Amino acid sequence: MEQEKVFLTGWGRTAPTPAHVVKPVSIDDLEAAWPRLRELSAGRGIIARGLGRSYGDPAQTSGGVVVDLTELRGLSIDPATATATAEAGVSLDQLLRAALPYGLWPPVLPGTREVTVGGAIGNDIHGKNHHSAGSFGNHVRWLELLLADGQIQRLEPEGATAELFWATVGGAGLTGVIVRAGLALESVETAYFIADNVKTGSLAETIAAHEDGSESRYAYSSAWFDAISGPPKLGRAAISRGNLARLDQLPAKLARDPLGFRADPLVTLPDVFPNHLANKATFSLIGSLWYAKSGRGQGKVQSLTAFYHPLDLIGQWNRAYGPAGFVQYQFVVPPAASGALPGLLQTIQQSGHYSFLNVFKLFGPGNQAPLSYPMAGWNICVDFPVTPGLETLLRRLDAEVLEFGGRLYTAKDSRTDAATFHAMYPGWPQWQQTRRQADPEGIFVSDLARRLELL
Amino acid sequence: MINATANPQRIVLFGGTSDLGLEIVATYLRQFPAHVVLATRAQSTDRAAAEERMRAEGARSVRTVDFDAADPASHAATVEAAWADGDVDVAIVAFGQLGDADRLWRDQPRLVDFMTVNFTGAVSLGALLANRMTAQGHGQMIVLSSVAGDRVRRSNFVYGSAKAGLDAFFTNLGDALDRTGVRVLVARPGMVRTAMTAGLKDAPLTQDPDVAARQIVAAAQQGRRVVWVPAAFRLVSLVLHHIPGPIFRRLPL
Repeated sequence: MEQEKVFLTGWGRTAPTPAHVVKPVSIDDLEAAWPRLRELSAGRGIIARGLGRSYGDPAQTSGGVVVDLTELRGLSIDPATATATAEAGVSLDQLLRAALPYGLWPPVLPGTREVTVGGAIGNDIHGKNHHSAGSFGNHVRWLELLLADGQIQRLEPEGATAELFWATVGGAGLTGVIVRAGLALESVETAYFIADNVKTGSLAETIAAHEDGSESRYAYSSAWFDAISGPPKLGRAAISRGNLARLDQLPAKLARDPLGFRADPLVTLPDVFPNHLANKATFSLIGSLWYAKSGRGQGKVQSLTAFYHPLDLIGQWNRAYGPAGFVQYQFVVPPAASGALPGLLQTIQQSGHYSFLNVFKLFGPGNQAPLSYPMAGWNICVDFPVTPGLETLLRRLDAEVLEFGGRLYTAKDSRTDAATFHAMYPGWPQWQQTRRQADPEGIFVSDLARRLELL
Repeated sequence: MINATANPQRIVLFGGTSDLGLEIVATYLRQFPAHVVLATRAQSTDRAAAEERMRAEGARSVRTVDFDAADPASHAATVEAAWADGDVDVAIVAFGQLGDADRLWRDQPRLVDFMTVNFTGAVSLGALLANRMTAQGHGQMIVLSSVAGDRVRRSNFVYGSAKAGLDAFFTNLGDALDRTGVRVLVARPGMVRTAMTAGLKDAPLTQDPDVAARQIVAAAQQGRRVVWVPAAFRLVSLVLHHIPGPIFRRLPL
């Protein structure tokens, strides 16, 4: 196991802190090293890290020990039960490629496949199919958690271990190190989507398109929206919805290899971009092009990459924001708060801060995990380069989101304050109690946990 | 933790009743709520007012710890007490006295006391803060130096020499802390209208504390190592450093 002190950040590249990074090559290796890692952490805490796609600080711990789990890639698929047994470092890309030959499919895919199974559970991630399938934790049959004392415990969603199971789902790694999990997979005939794309001209039309009942015809749905143009264009959207294709829906050419999948990055961005490239002029231009190129059209056959993961075609795209980094602001407000959306978007549009990668999705109901982010309602995601005055805008948005009964997401947040976060998660005291029982000495600590006073 | 927009969660002010120090904390609080710890002399009569002011500025909590700058042996316990609730993100070193140079250099015991507070006390604290912040892997020190310590003048040379020593210590401490995650900002204000300078005539480029504090906080958030307050003092300094000694001695400074 290698071991060095290095500076780590999340995907947003803000607030770097140093930690000893250790990279176990097997679960046995991690177990054997555990007493030494506790010593090495010197009271500063231990936290697990996967592929580092969380935007803020959940997978770093200043002065402590970060366990990089990306070497734990053991994976087996059981076609008879349509399940996978995956070690924590298995990426969803690896899982997808291993499952497809059996006609199986990961039940939840986020906006990138470059996340690990451990991170997917720890953040209880969601995808374009949240309204039909729920979040990742809903599909975990069991998981194995390395606890503070070095013992590995098997947890299940029901029964005696349910409380710790659901505290671990969405628990940001603060109950222990997830080392392995059993996942339910979905059966598919093809690796393609039949997609319907619509464009709306205003926010009112975007909301209406999600409220007219049409969403229930699609397992997958999400939208890109305009956060830069003033009303009435503000909130206009390119909505992309679809279902996994049946074999008989594919054209003959694709039907010869219906479960085939290829998607290597086309290009990896070098780390040469200045801070001010991401500005109103470039964002307005890219936004208009994106809106213009988004097709209208019904029943289009699209690959996973085209339908779901266009950004995975560009490696390290976060570098385009320059070394100052960026902040992703994702929030959800309840269904009844649709009236709050025009005000929230106008606050953003009029702020002088510009966001181009904007996502709009109507979530289905959440699950019982106290710190799980998704709940029924309007999920909106925007991102901003870090510039002076940004915090003032985000504080204002925090207050509005909280007022409308909404919340922020630990996988994205990198800057809110503890009191605001606690008020957004009514289940937080219960989670804290479970966590303290599982880890009474406070061994599992991340910068996020310190910042949001979760321990 | 200092968050992605460079706002701290817990701030400790050493010299917890310093006008400029409190103004720096207030500037942070106007951007983002934080816990505040005020380190002041146990018998300080301004303590309650300072606490009240920090609450009014939006502090999430305010706590005081006893701090005696003149007693370096007590500093380790003070730092320990400041850290009692968890990591400290920003530590402001803002204590010091003004004194009449000619009276001080003629009174050796008082001179030693003055230097113990203004220089020895500051570097004693700096060393402890550096250790504590290095162990936690992050932290920002803001140290109030002075333009008076840049090219020290005859008229104010006791205060000036203490600030010159402090400035040299902390700028180099900042370099020594490279790659530890800890940053040191040395602020060199000119005259600021505070309790310390009450009754003195305004010097050129004199500022109000809120204006000076905004420049200092902005410099810290940009990760700078040195800030002249106002920025024009950088040019003044350049000029003063190039005036030959025989002429400099005759200037009415």
